[in-house]
Amino acid sequence: MDFDLNKQNLREVNQHLQNVDRKKNTRKFKISNPQGQHAICAGLKDDIDVTIKGHTGYYCAGMNQKAAITIHGNVGTGVAENMMSGKIIVKGNASQSAGATGHGGTLIIEGDASSRCGISMKGIDIVVKGSVGHMSAFMAQKGNLVVMGDADADLGDSIYEAKIFVKGKVKSLGADCVEKKMNKKNIDELTKLFKKLNISEDPKKFKRYGSSRNLYNFKIDNVGAY
Amino acid sequence: MKKDLKEFKTFPSSTIKEIQRAANEGIYQIRGLGAKRKVPDFDDLVFLGASMSRYPLEGYRETCNTSVILGDRFAKKPIKLDIPITIAGMSFGALGANAKEALGRGASEMGTSTTTGDGGMTQEERGSSKYLVYQLLPSRYGMNPDDLRKADAIEVVVGQGAKPGGGGMLLGQKINKRVAGMRTLPEGIDQRSACRHPDWTGPDDLEIKIQELREITNWEKPIYIKVGAARPFYDTTLAVKAGADVVVLDGMQGGTAATQDVFIEHVGIPTLGALREAVDALKELNMHRKVQLIVSGGIRSGADIAKAMAMGADAVSIGSAAMMALNCNADLYIEDYKKLGTEPGYCHHCHTGKCPVGVATQDPKLEKRLNPIEAGKRIKNYLTTLTLELQTLARANGKSDVRNLEPEDLAALTVEAAAMARVPLAGTDWIPGKK
Ligand SMILES: Cc1cc2nc3c(=O)[nH]c(=O)nc-3n(C[C@H](O)[C@H](O)[C@H](O)COP(=O)(O)O)c2cc1C
Ligand code: SF4
Repeated sequence: MDFDLNKQNLREVNQHLQNVDRKKNTRKFKISNPQGQHAICAGLKDDIDVTIKGHTGYYCAGMNQKAAITIHGNVGTGVAENMMSGKIIVKGNASQSAGATGHGGTLIIEGDASSRCGISMKGIDIVVKGSVGHMSAFMAQKGNLVVMGDADADLGDSIYEAKIFVKGKVKSLGADCVEKKMNKKNIDELTKLFKKLNISEDPKKFKRYGSSRNLYNFKIDNVGAY
Repeated sequence: MKKDLKEFKTFPSSTIKEIQRAANEGIYQIRGLGAKRKVPDFDDLVFLGASMSRYPLEGYRETCNTSVILGDRFAKKPIKLDIPITIAGMSFGALGANAKEALGRGASEMGTSTTTGDGGMTQEERGSSKYLVYQLLPSRYGMNPDDLRKADAIEVVVGQGAKPGGGGMLLGQKINKRVAGMRTLPEGIDQRSACRHPDWTGPDDLEIKIQELREITNWEKPIYIKVGAARPFYDTTLAVKAGADVVVLDGMQGGTAATQDVFIEHVGIPTLGALREAVDALKELNMHRKVQLIVSGGIRSGADIAKAMAMGADAVSIGSAAMMALNCNADLYIEDYKKLGTEPGYCHHCHTGKCPVGVATQDPKLEKRLNPIEAGKRIKNYLTTLTLELQTLARANGKSDVRNLEPEDLAALTVEAAAMARVPLAGTDWIPGKK
């Protein structure tokens, strides 16, 4: 089923996709002419397939549950923010805060992602085929951020239990973020993730970063780190 | 203190003690509840009452409406509260499950709302609350679209009166297994939440964020924006511009679960002045009563509520006072207050997790001290008392609806309060600063 945001308004399209009639069995949808509109496909909650042909604005696929959404273009701030499950693929680049606070599911960005990618992530897997901007994985709590390119300054600042894997260069690490050993378990995890996502990369070429857990409890000796 | 000894006005003994504490510990104080210093407040105003030019209403015979509709600007399903007194957002984590349940029970019986907090929605509180406002905070702990759809309204928290510009705090003692699980955090860490939202900065972004929240919830839920009293005129203006249905304004006296004392006492402006500025902004935009204004921060009595409403608020919200109705600072378990180094009437130790009366704790033994059913009844009684007081004052000023109270019904007892509330100093027609 096709939608055209030149002809239909966003509410109409979102409402349809949020309440897909299971009996009709139409599970594939296409949206053309997104024209950078905000909140396209926000709040989807069914196991459906949506293809968006063009660039989207803020919060595309926000809070997604179960749906698989592919964007053939660039996305604005907060793509897949607070996503719970499902799979979002961005063929182009992503603006700030991609995958922010995501609890689950997978976000794949084939281009670059701007600053604060994966900020406060809570269990989502984010794979960026390009590079990520500064302060990515800031306060990241859980899940994996995998970057094939480089990471800009202050990666993983104040990170909790999320894991970061970077193949390229890391400009600098943020407070309490350290390089950690890539052990067999990590390599296995990454191998599994790549296999699931059909990505041909060698996990051994990645470095792992995570929390040194020094700032978990407020100690006066650490005050300089804040 | 001996009469013939002269205390340093600049260094009273409490200041000396604090300097020495700082010198020993090397870290600021973190504590709960609101400002302890005296600031101009609603006690500095009085009602004029009715006489020759205004007729009072009969106390037991003539009705005085207290209901209020919140969120009819854009939301398809605004909420209608029976009383204009709501329970403020206090997280499960900061408060125990029994306290949250008691608040829900009491508020529901009175036909008013409760609010979640920095830690997500619990099933107990959804179950016990007739109207539940779901907070969207910078941390987004436990944020979940299913809960968003279950809520009756959504409150985007930009700031809190106790700490405008500061993020949430919950010390390790309170991060037990359940709290940690709900927040996706390791157990026992000192949790310091972000102070800015992760996916928007500034009012233009917020407008888009609100559009997203509305899209996810079918444009049904009223959307509140909560701000700490920093620059209320501009903050209210920008909240209206960003598309709020309701603005929640929290003055500097507002309580907190855990914040630096220096933040509580020195950042933000008193509720009295903040409220007037917010009402000015709504009037200037021709949005007064169209975007509803809920005010909080130091509300204790029906008199406070009546005065806030006379100044232009549509409803109030209570945090600390509701906790006190649950027994916070009550004369019980005195030994346990002593162990915390305090006494009933002085306690601000919510951050320790060792609340002697079982309100602000996750310790199962202490929590048992609060029976949610009995405590729920106390909340109901307290809200009933506040409502009766509010109606008494409204009738005394000749009003058949509490929202008809107006600034003309008020006089100020101090020059400061006259200037902040912009009502005349009692016995004069002088409003400082008004040409
Ligand atoms: C124990 C406690 C926990 C609180 N937790 C939150 C919170 O999670 N989110 C929030 O916006 N405000 C929180 N607040 C602030 C209240 O929502 C409210 O703004 C304040 O309590 C109102 O002032 P009052 O305490 O003088 O009534 C908390 C306050 C207290 C006392
Ligand atoms: S009595 Fe309990 S709720 Fe009240 S201030 Fe003390 S610790 Fe906090």
